[in-house]
Amino acid sequence: MKAKIKITTVLFLLSIISISTFSQILKIKGSDTVLPLSQKEAETYMKKNKSAKITVTGGGSGVGIAAFLNGSTDIAMASRKIKMSEKMKLQDAGKAYKEVVIANDALSVIVNPANKISQLTREQLEGIFTGKITNWKEVGGNDEKIVAYSRESSSGTFEFFKEHVLNNKNYGTAILMMPATGAVVQSVSQTKGAIGYVGFAYIEKNVKPLKISYDKGKTFIEPTVANAKTKLYPVVRPLYYYYLTKDAAKVKSLIDFILSTDGQKVVSEVGYISLK
Amino acid sequence: MIKFFKSTFEKIIEGTLFLSSTITTLAIVLIIVFLFREGIGTFNQSPIEEGFSLVVNKNNPINELSAQQIKNIFDQNITNWKTVGGNKDSIILFNLDNISNFYSDSAIGENFEFLPQCISDYTEKHSGVVAFVSTRYTGKGFTGKILTTPKVTITQFISQKEWFPTAQPAAQLGVLALILGTLWVSFGAIVIALPLGLATSIYMAEVANPKVRNFLKPLVELLAGIPSVVYGFFGLVIIVPGIQKLFDLPVGETALAGSIVLGIMALPTIITISEDALRTTPKAMKEASLALGANKWQTTARVVIPYSSSGITAAAILGIGRAIGETMAVLMVTGNAAVIPHSFLEPVRTIPATIAAELGEAPQGGLHYKALFALGCILFIITMAINLIVGYVSSKKKYNTR
Repeated sequence: MKAKIKITTVLFLLSIISISTFSQILKIKGSDTVLPLSQKEAETYMKKNKSAKITVTGGGSGVGIAAFLNGSTDIAMASRKIKMSEKMKLQDAGKAYKEVVIANDALSVIVNPANKISQLTREQLEGIFTGKITNWKEVGGNDEKIVAYSRESSSGTFEFFKEHVLNNKNYGTAILMMPATGAVVQSVSQTKGAIGYVGFAYIEKNVKPLKISYDKGKTFIEPTVANAKTKLYPVVRPLYYYYLTKDAAKVKSLIDFILSTDGQKVVSEVGYISLK
Repeated sequence: MIKFFKSTFEKIIEGTLFLSSTITTLAIVLIIVFLFREGIGTFNQSPIEEGFSLVVNKNNPINELSAQQIKNIFDQNITNWKTVGGNKDSIILFNLDNISNFYSDSAIGENFEFLPQCISDYTEKHSGVVAFVSTRYTGKGFTGKILTTPKVTITQFISQKEWFPTAQPAAQLGVLALILGTLWVSFGAIVIALPLGLATSIYMAEVANPKVRNFLKPLVELLAGIPSVVYGFFGLVIIVPGIQKLFDLPVGETALAGSIVLGIMALPTIITISEDALRTTPKAMKEASLALGANKWQTTARVVIPYSSSGITAAAILGIGRAIGETMAVLMVTGNAAVIPHSFLEPVRTIPATIAAELGEAPQGGLHYKALFALGCILFIITMAINLIVGYVSSKKKYNTR
């Protein structure tokens, strides 16, 4: 028994030493949207390069860039472009950085399959989610109350939708806030007058994705992978990696891998839109 | 010698017990102090993000805008300065993030060295402009006027109705809807759980035969062991669509769904504790009552329940506490829309759900972070008030029965 304890202690100490002396651990931190993709990419990459060590943690785009600012992460992943104020802070600290788009993500607006509406313009969506349009008949549907579902304010998707669809206006007070994307899909599928927004990967048979128009109703674009790739579909956002210029050599091989054909295959597998 | 050891041993035990209670008390006091220190930090802060300010043209007569007016202006609900008491002039919004629409990159400069001039220039040229910019561009040589915003006050915090803590440029911190939502859901839960729980515990303690009781008791205790997320999921998939169909509502995520889920969750606490209390009634008392000719029901109602009323009160308090503080299950079934509820069949947003959903992304030490702590303080005060009221009522009742 005693010998066993001794051995485990020694092993434990050894493992601590080996971890702490290992110099090339690459740290990636940031957006929860990019998290599953980064994890999968890191896994695939580490399988190929046995010596590489990568740790990936989430927390949100803002958290990632804050960690990037104080140097506690090598790569910040973000589901939005770096903000002007964050750019200023980096500049004040005298840090030059590089930005890479690693994949694209598209949001689709979903409704209950029983809803006869199949397309909406951006202006109509803005009206619905800011609470100005409250009945489906105002946008050509049945006389039924609109129940709009959104993600919580901590989500990058919430911000993205606000910026790109609501034109930076605030959501209406009566909008229902759901803690997870899965919950939005579940609620939309069981509520007749529901409307919500989710990432492409979450579209299921029991909800209906809408065609969207960004040119005041002239053309309505269907949310398909092909349309998202050509940027024909308007609600597409790039997913970013940020790293310091001086770290370029350290992160190069990982980023090259992600941008390669194999890396982009992983992107499609995870459910995002690949760059190629 | 043995005697000496015995007394030291006793002393050690005594010391340990004393230490444990001291640590517990200290921990509680520490939590309360921490909670209130962070929460009070919300007040006397500007609702505008630190390091930023709102600027207007220097000829604009407006000097101050409230957080609410700022939100309405930036949401384009207010489009003319006349609405907020200024000149008849339409409002032009100017934001640092869309500056590239007005000035080219070369005009701003590669390292933003000309940015202050651009902003100054823009506010000078357009009389109706309102710009949300970093304070570092409004220093020397800036020709516009900086607006002031009233600080967040306690009355405003409690009485305002809009909760948009992440709104730019000015956060809207009105918690009235959240407080009412919490009380609404908890009240419903207690109305459902208390009678049901008490009836079950009386049945188990007084009526049921030992076989049934031995089957029921572990089952109820099992109910307490189910994680709250599972309750939430159950609520979302079963109760929410059920309510929607039953009442023919546009949306099933309602206060009622939250109340039902919370009621079920509070049941095991109420049942186990009050059943234990009921069973501690001395046999002699019950037999005396029966011997005087009272039937079984009279004995239960007049002897057993009054005798164990303090235990039942404790059960009720713990049940209410669980209902008010529960987070995850409520987050999943109440819809979380921050509107003031008018009936049980509307979506509500509760305080614990708000804290759980938002604390993760609120920057530490910021206004939003502190406001969430202030919400925690309010929750604490509500729970404490309920405990005191219940304690007061039950002590009075005891006095009457004697």
